[in-house]
Amino acid sequence: MIADIELETFINDVYEYYGFDFGSYSKASLKRRVTRIFLLDGFTNFYDFLSKVKYDPEYYKRVVDEITVNVTEMFRDPSFYKIVRNEILPVLATKPFIRLWHAGCSTGEEVYSMAILLKEAGLLDRSLIYATDINSKVLETAKKGIFPLRMMKEYSDNYRDSGGQQDFSNYYIANYGNVKFNQDLTAKMVFSQHNLVSDHSFNEFDMILCRNVLIYFDNDLQKRAISLFDESLSVLGFLALGTKETIKYSIASGKYKQLEKEKVWQKVK
Amino acid sequence: MAESKVISDCKVVIIGGSAGSLHALMDILPAIPRIDSFALVIVLHRRGGDDQTLEGLIKIKTKIPVRIIEDKVSFLPGFLYVAPSNYHLLFENNDTLALDTSEKVNYSRPSIDVSFESAAEVYGKNLVGILLSGSNADGTEGIKAIQKAGGTIIIQDPASAEMPFMPNNAILNTTPDYILNTQEILNFILSINN
Ligand SMILES: C[S@@+](CC[C@H](N)C(=O)[O-])C[C@H]1O[C@@H](n2cnc3c(N)ncnc32)[C@H](O)[C@@H]1O
Repeated sequence: MIADIELETFINDVYEYYGFDFGSYSKASLKRRVTRIFLLDGFTNFYDFLSKVKYDPEYYKRVVDEITVNVTEMFRDPSFYKIVRNEILPVLATKPFIRLWHAGCSTGEEVYSMAILLKEAGLLDRSLIYATDINSKVLETAKKGIFPLRMMKEYSDNYRDSGGQQDFSNYYIANYGNVKFNQDLTAKMVFSQHNLVSDHSFNEFDMILCRNVLIYFDNDLQKRAISLFDESLSVLGFLALGTKETIKYSIASGKYKQLEKEKVWQKVK
Repeated sequence: MAESKVISDCKVVIIGGSAGSLHALMDILPAIPRIDSFALVIVLHRRGGDDQTLEGLIKIKTKIPVRIIEDKVSFLPGFLYVAPSNYHLLFENNDTLALDTSEKVNYSRPSIDVSFESAAEVYGKNLVGILLSGSNADGTEGIKAIQKAGGTIIIQDPASAEMPFMPNNAILNTTPDYILNTQEILNFILSINN
């Protein structure tokens, strides 16, 4: 692995040259990711790698895209989606118009999962799903709604485990090795770049999902992100995090009520 | 059994294993009364999903208090930690644990290599790495990293392992400090920092 001092130099140089601050990312994971791209691209000297990052903006972009962890799935953690289906959507259904925000949406699998749930609850027509990420490459994929066909078996199992009763293949059209999700789902999504390190609140939402993103941040940056969500959430709105994440260290208790043992909190005041 | 070199400055013992390692652990864990001066971490290959059966199983077999791992939980001596399913487990240099959902390594998440390498970065010579039974090559790179960082490495004797491939692979590619059966591993753990 690269040395701690090399990682610090990388963080400082990226900030100086591009204004992007990796300083509040979790060090253990960042170190692994930077080491990975350094080795993957065949470098042996860290300072060669660093000057390429500094002087070649295209390469810098590649490095940022590769450092961020974009692994995602449809209906990942089916029990979470079951709660959304059975306990959250019925509450949101009382609203004339429903706004959702997926922060750190990666390639969009989670966004399409949510759109399917909204559709099955008869709410999609009056919903709008904002989906953001800092990585522009994953957003391009997400917008297209095209995913590998070989994943559909697992996704359709997840879908069923989350309480889905339709034929999952009704939601997409298969073509060679890929599937394209139906246009009526995509039509309700707005994708854009948004950086949780430095950007601000841009709307008010009834539900915010930010799953498996905060694990890459240190405590201070987690606090910043959670207060950003707090500002962006309507009263009685829901905040959903990944299965191992918590708002416990970031926000005054009493302001949010946790749904049983799920990683979902409702803003109560 | 090899003559124990006395380990007196151990902060962390990390155990990795795959197929067949649960039995080995069940021979070892119940006989450890307490671990005051170091933390014990267990990284086993497990099924995906948010599954807590392994934590449950371990909890009923050990007297050591088990702390459930969540993101950035504090990492303290005296406790046992189990790497959760579907995440890689990493070590921060301020005695907290971090999780990562990046690509599987050796078809595994959690991967033993990933956790061992990360622990080696932070705990170096204060680390003891133990690799148990398994039928995949995970663990070998991690064992190498621990050794390079000055830590102590122990491999389960393949003859006593249900699935000898994983320990064999590590033995072929490293020079372990000890090759021990489960009873000897237990005695070793009991001798740490004493
Ligand atoms: C592991 S993915 C999570 C995907 C999805 N939410 C899930 O749980 O399956 C983490 C995402 O966070 C994004 N991310 C990392 N840093 C970010 C930042 N500062 N602002 C916004 N998104 C960020 C990454 O680009 C990546 O797509």
